[in-house]
Amino acid sequence: MQFGIFSVSDISKNPVTGYTPSEAERIDASVQIAKRADEVGLDVFAIGEHHNPPFFSSSPTTLLANIAAQTEQIVLSTAITLITTNDPVKIAEDYAMLQHLAKGRMDLMLGRGNTVPVYPWFGQDIHKGLELALENYNLLHRLWREDVVDWEGSFRTALQGFTSVPRPLDDVPPFVWHGAIRTPEIAEQAAYYGNGYFANNILAPNFHFRPLVELYRRRYEHYGHGTADQAIVGLGGQTFIAKNSQDAVRRFRPYFEGSPLYGTSYRLEDFMHGTPLSVGSPQEVIEKTLTFQAGFGDYQRQLWVVDHAGLPLEEALEQVELLGTEVVPVLRKEMESRRAPGVPDAPTHATRVREKYGDAEPRQPRPNPNRGDNVTGTSPYQDTDPSIVADLPLVG
Amino acid sequence: MKRLVVVSAGTGNPSSTRQLADRIAQKSLDRLEGATVSVIELGPLAVDTARAAVAGFPGAELQAAIDKLAAADAVIVATPIYKAGISGLLKTFVDVLDNDLLVAKPVLLAATGGSPRHALVIDDQLRPLLAFMRAFTLPTSIYAAPEDWGSSELGARIERAATELAVLVGAGVEAQVTDTAWSGYQHQFGGNARRAERTAADVDFDSPLMRLATGGA
Repeated sequence: MQFGIFSVSDISKNPVTGYTPSEAERIDASVQIAKRADEVGLDVFAIGEHHNPPFFSSSPTTLLANIAAQTEQIVLSTAITLITTNDPVKIAEDYAMLQHLAKGRMDLMLGRGNTVPVYPWFGQDIHKGLELALENYNLLHRLWREDVVDWEGSFRTALQGFTSVPRPLDDVPPFVWHGAIRTPEIAEQAAYYGNGYFANNILAPNFHFRPLVELYRRRYEHYGHGTADQAIVGLGGQTFIAKNSQDAVRRFRPYFEGSPLYGTSYRLEDFMHGTPLSVGSPQEVIEKTLTFQAGFGDYQRQLWVVDHAGLPLEEALEQVELLGTEVVPVLRKEMESRRAPGVPDAPTHATRVREKYGDAEPRQPRPNPNRGDNVTGTSPYQDTDPSIVADLPLVG
Repeated sequence: MKRLVVVSAGTGNPSSTRQLADRIAQKSLDRLEGATVSVIELGPLAVDTARAAVAGFPGAELQAAIDKLAAADAVIVATPIYKAGISGLLKTFVDVLDNDLLVAKPVLLAATGGSPRHALVIDDQLRPLLAFMRAFTLPTSIYAAPEDWGSSELGARIERAATELAVLVGAGVEAQVTDTAWSGYQHQFGGNARRAERTAADVDFDSPLMRLATGGA
């Protein structure tokens, strides 16, 4: 079971002090939060992708590569990477590059995003958002698994003899999670490919997303990747922890009520009781998180937001500290003891390398000399079978 | 057993909007043997409804009202006319419903106003709103200005509308339409509608999008 934090990269005014951090301060703060998460033994740090203020994270792989260079064990991920408006070819390239630099200590979560104008800004039609997400992933999946791809779809220009470089580290693609809170087709795609499914378990009544998680589990089994309870499920959440319950509520309240997201809707108490928002002592947060396991079944990844609503860096770091020292160690033990036999952990690069190669050495692709193109052979790599003749497209 | 549900946006006590809805409900019950009626008063749900509109999800009491509406075989919607329009509370309530909650349900439209000059608000505002919800709005709607309460014509219109309602409910139009055409409407997985898809068994995995999800073009 992995526990970690994720951030949407919002730069919000601190409603208590009135201070709004600069982009420079907030970017630096995110790196510090990730480093602290690594130090206290959290398993995952994930960052969102946005293309408008008040967010900074338009370029997640750059940030994550920087964090990878400064951390030891934490897995770096996204929450989410836009599979709709990014070119899947560029996703394949960027994240394979990150995978190399992070020595495999990464994965990614794909999603459709929730900012309408991003589609037209990137030349896409929001009415085709779901088709874009599905088709783009189909291509991304192949780009990481086939040295040379011929492909034609509805949205991007066709590819003939295209090789996405660099090839994934050890020729093992990054693990992919599909993030969705509405769409059964996304759950189906995650199940079909045996990928992970992540339900951002926030801003909705408790267990609202259970039908989608259940659908994914059933279909995961249907496609033969394992039993339904072995499917790879992740959940989001938000938390604010203090030594005791009253302090947690008292200290979090001004941020909650001052937040444009929360402050105009239900009262904090209603949110705490009616939704997965976890505010309280370490013990309360532990107990609430255990209800997720009871309600959604054994799952593999729990991420919390801790740096939202204008909370200053020091508060966010304290949250990371409390998660790492007081909450997660207990949850690890408790969830492990409740977990059904045979339920796997979330895949990591190491487990995926072992799964593909066993004890053998992983493939290390070495390109042939530059021919100015990569369509004049079966593969641009030295280790491909020379007896296989390329099926070249006819020209003219 | 058929279930009628009244949605009343009247806020007074007593409320003439509620009074109108009750008369319509009673006349409809007279024509539907064994039917029951229950009422959703929007006034007590006002704060919950506004919060749901902002938060994007309903609280427990509002959820109970939505569940009641989803299970209805026919709905009587009654609103006061404010500022030449329907009650904002009613519009906000409809705003937070799933798009498919009322598909093919018979819905009787009613309103009360301070002047007969607002009689067309029902057809200008309420009927398009329920058309968006893909409901079967009855051809006869009922508008009651103060003077109508002294006119037997109001009673005659109520009788006519109640007859239309009873015929549509008796014919089972909602079931007939949704039995065959449900997949043609816009839906939300795990939603509140009576026929919402909730498990893998409900899902059509042979749709073009599902085929695209599984690698096919």
